[in-house]
Amino acid sequence: MSEVIKIKKGLDIQLAGKADKVFGQAELPELFAVKPTDFHGVVPKMAIKVGDKVKAGTVLFFDKNRPEIKFVSPVSGELVAVNRGERRRILEVVVKSDGSDDKEQFDTANPADLSKEEIVEKLQAAGLWPFIRKRPYDVIANASETPKAFFISGFDSAPLAPDMDFILSGSEDALQAGINVVKQLCDNVHVGVQHDAASKIFNNLKGVQVHAFEGPHPAGNVGIQIHHTLPINKGEVVWVAQPQEIVAIGKLFTEGIYDANRTVVVAGSEVEKKAYYKTKVGASISTLVKNNVKTDDKLRYISGNVLTGSHIDEDGYLGVYHSQVTVIPEGDYYEFMGWATPGFGKFSMSRSFFSWMCKKKEYRLDANMHGGLRSFVVSGQYDQVLPMDILPEFLFRAILVEDIDKMEQLGIYELAEEDIALCEFVCTSKQPLQSVLRTGIDLMIKELS
Amino acid sequence: MKALRNLLDNIKPHVQKGAKFEKFHSTFDALETLFFVPNTTNKNGVHVRDAVDLKRTMALVVKALIPALLFGIWNTGYQHYLAMGVDATFWMEVGHGALKVLPIVIISYGVGLGVEFMFAQMRGHEVQEGFLVSGMLIPLVLPVDIPLWMVAVATIFSVVIGKEVFGGTGMNIWNPALVARAFLFFAYPSKMSGDLVWISGMTKGEGVVDGFSGATSLGQAASGMAPSHSIMESFIGMIPGSIGETSTLAILIGAAILIYTGIGSWKIMLSVFAGGYAMGLIFNLWGANALMQVDALHHICLGGFAFGAVFMATDPVSATRTEKGKWIYGFLIGFLAIMVRVFNPAYPEGVMLAVLLMNTFAPLIDHYVVQGNIKRRLKRAKVAA
Repeated sequence: MSEVIKIKKGLDIQLAGKADKVFGQAELPELFAVKPTDFHGVVPKMAIKVGDKVKAGTVLFFDKNRPEIKFVSPVSGELVAVNRGERRRILEVVVKSDGSDDKEQFDTANPADLSKEEIVEKLQAAGLWPFIRKRPYDVIANASETPKAFFISGFDSAPLAPDMDFILSGSEDALQAGINVVKQLCDNVHVGVQHDAASKIFNNLKGVQVHAFEGPHPAGNVGIQIHHTLPINKGEVVWVAQPQEIVAIGKLFTEGIYDANRTVVVAGSEVEKKAYYKTKVGASISTLVKNNVKTDDKLRYISGNVLTGSHIDEDGYLGVYHSQVTVIPEGDYYEFMGWATPGFGKFSMSRSFFSWMCKKKEYRLDANMHGGLRSFVVSGQYDQVLPMDILPEFLFRAILVEDIDKMEQLGIYELAEEDIALCEFVCTSKQPLQSVLRTGIDLMIKELS
Repeated sequence: MKALRNLLDNIKPHVQKGAKFEKFHSTFDALETLFFVPNTTNKNGVHVRDAVDLKRTMALVVKALIPALLFGIWNTGYQHYLAMGVDATFWMEVGHGALKVLPIVIISYGVGLGVEFMFAQMRGHEVQEGFLVSGMLIPLVLPVDIPLWMVAVATIFSVVIGKEVFGGTGMNIWNPALVARAFLFFAYPSKMSGDLVWISGMTKGEGVVDGFSGATSLGQAASGMAPSHSIMESFIGMIPGSIGETSTLAILIGAAILIYTGIGSWKIMLSVFAGGYAMGLIFNLWGANALMQVDALHHICLGGFAFGAVFMATDPVSATRTEKGKWIYGFLIGFLAIMVRVFNPAYPEGVMLAVLLMNTFAPLIDHYVVQGNIKRRLKRAKVAA
């Protein structure tokens, strides 16, 4: 860790409801679900039928286009429902836990003894492959590609995000075991850490290059970190994973199990006991939020953070890549003369509200849009919150007119939705930029494959 | 507030798609959102949003224009009584100014918003807020003695040809307010230039004291005389000119509001002034005629220069959209404005034409900035390879 990379652009949204670094007590719920919609571009095909018994690690469904990519059950029990949406698209594959914690057994192995192909096969068989994603496009990695690096962000800078150092304490060995596995896939492993945090667990890792980052969100986004260390050019691929997923990978090789345990933070202005909870991948959040939220207002439950998370019900399921549950007010009210009021207590990057007078305050933001959709008018806003050498507005325009060449030239390979979530946050015209970007990425995948 | 909300809720079902009055949906929507920020919540993507929206942004620009408007009202009365040789009180001056200026503002807003609503109705989309600013800009760049019907015609022209034919707010190539002014300038030059139009009542020949000239400083300089107003008078704005453009001081107050709130681009403002000052200095060195000899600092206090720099050049839609481009765009506006001012024999003001010209070239500047970014990215790939 030689030099600190300073990120100047960005924005830390001062959201109320930060969690304390303590563990809360909550029972595991009865229902768990894997949501195929969490995986971009995957066409799910069921491997078993409703009513079949499963163990933790039993394959539930696989990708129709890449059958080797399998998705497994986080717990033992019974497949009770396959919930479908429009055009019979599978939304949730629901497993009812029997509480016995039976696990599929896999062979333990020393990754150093295995070839890359054998490791890939092992990860795919145990349902861990979907946790390795790739840039460009932010989709599940393609095992036949050779990545130029493997990148892990060791911290999350999003609003109310969990502290990875806290979550991972006690998992040092498993994390190192996971890194050892990853090193067999790609020898060039990088980890990004926060410059002022101790991050002992990451700094003590062997066989990785550690980069320290300083600055506001999105400094913790892996895409931003890659941009500042080994930018992705056309034809290059970087694989990424999150720390808790690396731990799970480690445990597959050391203990021979599919480890679905996750520590999540439950935070947000409407949560009573804001703390860390131990749960599993795809758990229903019902036991985490029941009798744990304020009930004065209509609430919005989010799996993930307020910028990129998905909107779920109060008994909805944790997203597979998420280690955070956020609860904020829904905010479906009309605001009288909102454009003219002084606006004390409103959060804005522009200083058009009087709230700039009290800088340090934490804000209780709701999901109101605060305005209607407009065409692009104000310029230069996006540039202030995207710390990359990219002109975001011109990229969005290229996407809207489906100009593949321009999209490629303007840097679509380097971006994922999370990187431009702040652009969407600050947008005066309330443009849905994350879905615009995903449309562009989908178009790239379709045209270039 | 509650009663108003209930009233709106009662009307709402009748203007939805398929209902009897669905045609009036966008009109209803515009009125409803004027009173209430809608209750829509974020569905996909971000769950929280910055509290600012386009309505508030535009409302802030209008607020930033108020110092210039108020000063313009007073100055109209002041110049009027000065020309008549009447020793007037402050309130007499304001009263006269208000009677002259407010009708122009009302006509501009009334006609412009009317056209906007019509287009929104025809196209079935929401009324966008762009005209809130244009409606205030148009009166402020006109001479006070302009006939009201001309204001109406120019406003219609600016909204239809300057904006709606391109697709509405956010799509226009030129600044709509300047389109209105350019239209009047070329269609009715006698009402837009000369020595008489700048002071209320002078075109009708109301009793003017002997020897009083209504000429602007630029007009004087263009005809070879030294400007009769000092830099200080020009800076404060007690000089003849278009309604809102005379007081550099009032305009700078507006600039401070725009820059502080982060809504106006300080890069553009600064570079316009820098460009104008640089060109002024060059002409000072040359010094071939009276206009060239006007002090560079005086130049940027005269005419519509400050107003153009702060309120016209910074219109984000017609300006360059890249941050680097803004420096080039602004500098060239200032540079060209003074150049046009000095070399144009017909009319001693260049800001309007300079801004419109650079509006036209803004996409070209952006193109080169974008190409630069693309090249840098490609170079990076070659270095890595």
